[in-house]
This record gives sequence, C-alpha cells and structure tokens, in this order.
Amino acid sequence: MQNVRKKVSSLFDGFGDSEPKRIGIYGPPNSGKSTLANRICKDWTGESLGAEGPVPHETRRAKKRENVTIEHEGTEVTIDIVDTPGVATEVDDKDFVERGMDEDAAKRRSREATEGIAEAMQWLREDIDGVIYMMDSTQDPFMQVNTMLLGIIESHDMPAIVLANKVDLEESDSQRIADAFPQHVTLPVSAKEGNNMDDIYKQIANKFGD
Amino acid sequence: MNDKENTDEENGIRIDLMRESQLSGMGRTEKVRYIIDKVKSGCVVVLESGLSPDDHALLIEKTMSEIDQEDFTGVDIESYPDGSKDEDRGFLGRVLNRNESKTPSKNLTVIGPANRMETLHKDEKQISAILNPR
Repeated sequence: MQNVRKKVSSLFDGFGDSEPKRIGIYGPPNSGKSTLANRICKDWTGESLGAEGPVPHETRRAKKRENVTIEHEGTEVTIDIVDTPGVATEVDDKDFVERGMDEDAAKRRSREATEGIAEAMQWLREDIDGVIYMMDSTQDPFMQVNTMLLGIIESHDMPAIVLANKVDLEESDSQRIADAFPQHVTLPVSAKEGNNMDDIYKQIANKFGD
Repeated sequence: MNDKENTDEENGIRIDLMRESQLSGMGRTEKVRYIIDKVKSGCVVVLESGLSPDDHALLIEKTMSEIDQEDFTGVDIESYPDGSKDEDRGFLGRVLNRNESKTPSKNLTVIGPANRMETLHKDEKQISAILNPR
C-alpha cells in the first residue's frame, strides 16, 4: 500500500512546491560514503558533513544536510543528502582491537555501529527517496551486502546511481561492478581525489530531478 | 530437545537444510525470528528458497539488535544472484510493485553464525564455505 501511495503521490509531483527528495548514500563500511557526502556538500554548500576515517564504521549515525542545490548544464535539483552508516551483517569488536583500539573503545564502537546499521535500514525502509550506492572498486562486487541492499532498493523501485569508488587505487576494477549490476548506471569515481564529479552531478540531476 | 542441545558444539556444526514449505507459512517476523534463533544457537541454515528483499532488510535490522559481542557477532549470509526476478514479475506486479519486495528469491541461501563461517569462494554456480567449530 505504501508503494501505491508513493506512486500516486509521484503523479502529482509536478504540482505545487514539492519537498526536496531525500537521497541516501549507502554501501558497505569503508566504501567512501562520507568522503563523497563531504565532497558534494563542500562543492555546493561550502561546508562538509561529517568525519571520515580509515577504520570501518566511522559513521555510526545517519547525517543529513538539507536543501543542497545541485546544478548541471541548466538543470537544477534540490535534495537532502543523507550520509548513512555502512551496512554489514556482522560487527565484531575484535576487528577494531586489531586496528589498534583498546577493548572498551572497540566495544563502544561495536555497539554504536550495530545501532547505526539498524538506523540506516530504517531510513532506507521509510524515509529515503533515492540512493547513491557506493562500492569499493578494489573489492568483490558480489559481496552479499551489495546484492541484498541493491535488491531492497530495486524492489521498492527507488532511483539509484551506483558508484565504483577508489579508482585512484591500482587494484581498482570498476568494470567488474558495471558487469555485475548492468541494470544500473555505474560511474567510476574517486571521491578522495574528486574526479568524475561532473558525471555524478549530471546523473543526480537526471535521476533525482523532478 | 531444543536447537542448543541439538548442536554438538564440541564435535561439529549442525546444518539444517530447509524445504521451502517449512518457511512459506510463516509471516516475515516469525520467519526472521526462526532463522536468527537457529543461527544464534550455532546452526547453519540452508534455505531451499531464499529470502525476499523485505526479509533481508528485517534480517539485518534484527541481527543488529541481537549482537552481543560475547557469543553472537552477526550472521554470514550467501546466496546466488537472482536472475529469475524479471521473468517472474507480471505486468501488474511491475506497475504496482507489490510482488518484488515480498517474493522470496528462487535461489539457495546459506545463513550461519559470522564467527564460525567463512566464505571461501562464490560465483553463480557454487558457494564454498569453511565452518569453524568453536
């Protein structure tokens, strides 16, 4: 019923002032979601959104920046950007200890990470209108969390852009991601270096504009 | 005998192969609860028919709420990519989008405790995993 309601309401999107669409940046931990969110926010608002870091689960609460207006070749779209915690099906504090954290900090990070993942799933289920899906192009694209999340996104007919991130690294293979998910537009990108951002903004304007 | 007693933690790992009919009569919450309870007891569950996208979403949420770091660090789940969805969706299903999120995939799915299961290899023909006794 919720989907039918969404479809009916979308028929009237062209009438009156519509709310900015909420675009979630999703993906597994350490795929570069916060780096991308910060780059987009800096490019269009002058301010970043949140901390980035090399240890997985740096983002443990969804962060939102409202009314980010993106313009590409005369097309303008205003969206809310939601940077979400990386989604995983397991969280083990031993992984954080191995990265140099003390046990208490590792346990705290684990607890916050599990809460953050559950929150990310609730956002996806209830509050997100479109998705920028980040994958690390040095990793296997068929990891289960990718197929699960893209399956959820597709089943709810949400518009999505897939980004093959970290193409600045030698072991990157963005074509493997494009081949794995041919039903989606896949863009090679380095959120860290900021390359191909124009292509991303073009896709955001096309996919998430009214 | 309950699942905990059935799982011989000293000598091996219990693997339950489940027919589609075993889960098809359950609601989503009941189904996910059933799977998580089995996995938390140390059991590896092999589903003849996979989970729907909405089942997956609930499985992730429930798993996160159950992680305790002492005995249960989450689930490891693997299934084949589902190539049959488009043919199975009728015209109305596509338009109203009412089947996709609730319909289980047709693919074999393996779910086990993350701290005891490690996927070695996965492609469209085969999933290889190693199971570690405690």
